[in-house]
Amino acid sequence: MAVHTISFEPEDRYNAFLKVCAKPTHGEGKLAGIAIAVKDNISTQGIETTCASKILKGYVPPYDAHAVGLIKNAGAAIAGKTNMDEFGMGTSTENSAFGPTLNPCDTSRVPGGSSGGSAAAVAAGMVRMALGTDTGGSIRCPAAFCGIVGLKPTYGRVSRYGLIAYANSLETIGPMANNVTDVSLLMSVIAGHDRKDTTSHDKPFNHTPSADIKGLRIGIPGEYFGKGVDPEVAVVVRRAIARLEELGAVTVPCSIPSMEYALAAYYVICTSEASSNLARFDGVRYGPAADTRKSWHAAYQDIRKQGFGPEVRRRIMLGTFALSSGYYGKYYAKAQVARENVRKDFARLFSEVDVLCGPTMPTIAFKLGEKSDPLSMYLSDILTVPVNLAGIPAISLPCGKVQGMPVGLQIMGRPFEDERVIDAAYAYEQAVKP
Amino acid sequence: MVTEKDVEHIGELADIGIDSVDLATFTGQFNAIVEYFDVLDRVQGEGAVTRDLYNVLREDVVEPSLSQDDALRNAGAQEDGFIKAPRVM
Repeated sequence: MAVHTISFEPEDRYNAFLKVCAKPTHGEGKLAGIAIAVKDNISTQGIETTCASKILKGYVPPYDAHAVGLIKNAGAAIAGKTNMDEFGMGTSTENSAFGPTLNPCDTSRVPGGSSGGSAAAVAAGMVRMALGTDTGGSIRCPAAFCGIVGLKPTYGRVSRYGLIAYANSLETIGPMANNVTDVSLLMSVIAGHDRKDTTSHDKPFNHTPSADIKGLRIGIPGEYFGKGVDPEVAVVVRRAIARLEELGAVTVPCSIPSMEYALAAYYVICTSEASSNLARFDGVRYGPAADTRKSWHAAYQDIRKQGFGPEVRRRIMLGTFALSSGYYGKYYAKAQVARENVRKDFARLFSEVDVLCGPTMPTIAFKLGEKSDPLSMYLSDILTVPVNLAGIPAISLPCGKVQGMPVGLQIMGRPFEDERVIDAAYAYEQAVKP
Repeated sequence: MVTEKDVEHIGELADIGIDSVDLATFTGQFNAIVEYFDVLDRVQGEGAVTRDLYNVLREDVVEPSLSQDDALRNAGAQEDGFIKAPRVM
């Protein structure tokens, strides 16, 4: 196959990229010659991959993530690796060891997280598309804050092989772009079965977005417009839903009672999985080297104290605590029951409606440094985490502004109905197109 | 109530490397977060979640994988083609 080279020399005023590939090569295919940015927790052969952590500084993966291999085979040029919250742990991209990414819409504000670099690179026009990952909202939140489109696919629809694990049962790779058509195009390349990810399903995504949503039944969960949600954001989102009604959709008020404890369940489960997954970072197989003259525990503790940032250390400890003897039943076991209740709530609603709509985030992008205490940052994820607990698809797309900042409309769908979610988003996008 | 002693113990279990300055900060944050987690006490429902899960296995035959060079390339220390680790005993 012919190999071509493009020039990629963006002016990155937002610290969106951790690494830029100035002369990427590409072949032929659906994505021929399109520069695509890849979040830095997705393995790229021969290109440094750090998860925005000092503990992986200098790590160059010897293989590509399955999704990266697929986009390369489709002709994409890998434009570089994007900034993120360290290991995906955050809602603002402030938890990067290499400095925060700035929001291109207002540089005094965060771009959202954890895929903040990918969102900023797309929003600023540096790339047409990007890959992000979503564990508790990490694609949808920055998409909403930066005014772009981001899809969190159904769990199992996109291979996680080569995604450096943080919370396996929740996370997925997904597409980000300036419009629904490009998100759908990128999804059609990355979706499908991969035998190297045993949770992946044989559900390819061969879909052309359709704007016909006549008769679509949309559930409006009261919890998505309740306590903690900025009333101005709620007004903008309700207006967008009214637009969908004008296009022929039918809205139905509904309720997700398990939302009461979904966020707590999410944080217990993700920190528990993180405490196990991140045990592998020991300075032995990758990253800065451990001092082999010291004893195992001393060397291990030294490297992890220096290599992990505060949020990562906090989550590893919270997870260790939630799984420890005497607390397992109170926290981890209860969180699993709560997760099942969230799944059941969604299943019940999806027997009555086709999709659910609400805001992606309870507020517009906050100021850099505004949320200094960890719990207040966690609370920002209230509207995105239920989707990950249930493994269902959800998209965020721009639906208006508050104080000049973008607001995201979130559309959630049944498992493996990513196409329907795309169509609803496409219908809205086409209707409001100038 | 999570005490500094608890956090110190968890830090040891997690091999996270914790000092006295960290300890006070983490303990304060831990208490706020764990207090929030207590909402889980109100969760009602089945204890055990059962689902149609099955193991995904392949035939036990040798397939191409990383070369020894590639597998060692990112190791901090090597010796005679092996990864060198701190002593365990």
